[in-house]
Amino acid sequence: MSQPIIEVDRISKNFGAYNVLNELSFSVKPGEKLALIGPSGSGKTTILRILMTLEGINGGHIKVEGEHLFHMQRGDRLVPADDRHLHRMRAKIGMVFQLFNLFPHKTVLDNVTLAPMLTKGVPRAEAEAEAMRLLAMVGMAEKAKMKPASLSGGQKQRVAIARALALQPKIMLFDEVTSALDPELVEEVLNVMKRLAEETDMTMLLVTHEMGFAHDFADRVLFFDRGNIVEEGPPEQIFTDPRQERTQAFLRKIIAAGHRI
Amino acid sequence: MDWSWSFVWEILPTLLEGVRVTILATLGGAVLAAVIGLALALLRRSPNKAVMRTTSFVIEFIRGTPLLVQLYFLFYVLPDAGITLGPMTAGLIGLGLHYGTYTAEVYRAGIDNVPTGQWEAAKACNLTGRQTWTQIILPQAIPPMVPALANYLIAMFKETPLLSAITVLELMNQARSVANFNYRYLEPMTLVGVFFLIISLISVSLLRLLERRLGRIG
Repeated sequence: MSQPIIEVDRISKNFGAYNVLNELSFSVKPGEKLALIGPSGSGKTTILRILMTLEGINGGHIKVEGEHLFHMQRGDRLVPADDRHLHRMRAKIGMVFQLFNLFPHKTVLDNVTLAPMLTKGVPRAEAEAEAMRLLAMVGMAEKAKMKPASLSGGQKQRVAIARALALQPKIMLFDEVTSALDPELVEEVLNVMKRLAEETDMTMLLVTHEMGFAHDFADRVLFFDRGNIVEEGPPEQIFTDPRQERTQAFLRKIIAAGHRI
Repeated sequence: MDWSWSFVWEILPTLLEGVRVTILATLGGAVLAAVIGLALALLRRSPNKAVMRTTSFVIEFIRGTPLLVQLYFLFYVLPDAGITLGPMTAGLIGLGLHYGTYTAEVYRAGIDNVPTGQWEAAKACNLTGRQTWTQIILPQAIPPMVPALANYLIAMFKETPLLSAITVLELMNQARSVANFNYRYLEPMTLVGVFFLIISLISVSLLRLLERRLGRIG
């Protein structure tokens, strides 16, 4: 067994008096594709946001590649991470958002080259060549000079994937990346992600309501409810033979709502 | 009332000198107001509660008192505390501070209008705080602010005659002195009005042009 790339150790997260995560623990192996499923408000998106350091934690520890995410070693004490530490750790992680969050004042190409040029000092020519390669991979090369406003949702999301990939993160977080898309645009984004999952050894965490995609994409599925992992296992087992009553109830509801598995 | 063109020609050079000073005061005050406003807006977003509250208090205090009183204070009262400012310096600081509290509000609204997702995407792209401000937030926040900022610029321009109270030789002050000297108010005051009107109209059309260009870029 290789060392986990992500170790989440009894983390807690509160929003005011509301306890979203309660001493949650899990770990992820390098290269693993993990799907996080569960009802809304179960804490799965919060986990991705915490891993991207968009949210802090109220207790517990997270390690990425064996290094603390929110803490630093000072002698034999752990102290809260400073900006420099967070900046260094964030370089390992990329995220794709539900609402794309492309930079609207920049072209598609500049969206993809911005971070490599600013954070890694990659020269423009090199950053643009790499960006064009990534845009070609997500089928968006011919839109490189356009502004995001003129793209469809599916196209925006494919650009957002290219932008996240440009920093060559070891871990990619996908937060309900198809939830805001019209149904006919979902497929093009899922296809890009499927190819990515097959062709790279990147570690991927996916929060989704697309159970069919989670089934095909994931090596392992975590079912969340009220901030806890209720059940976990390979997709075949979770989707065809869930052991826990709450997992069964959730999947029944999803199927009743017309989602295919 | 008889309009005298020869008197107009006689006082024109003096008044044009006043126009020059008025424009300088407006531009200088505008630059100061833009910078002070941005600083106040950023300070007011400080996570430090004391900084945030102090800034809010300063803004309310300056807005709640007349510009004329502030100008008197800067020019006539500060010397008692050992700080002596030239009339133009005091005037620019007065205009900059006073209008800075208004532009701060424009900046605040503009910055708040940038969606949270942009901050989060900047973080996910691992940009530093400074890069996030300069590359992501301000380029999106500032273009929609331009009309409001420019309206304050034009309002400030029309308040520059207040600087005559602290002996700045701007247009109004020049006009009054030639009027007092010759006991003729018709021509000087008419010309003051005409100059203000012309400059206002030019500024407004420049502003429309700028808005259209920003609209195309954004």
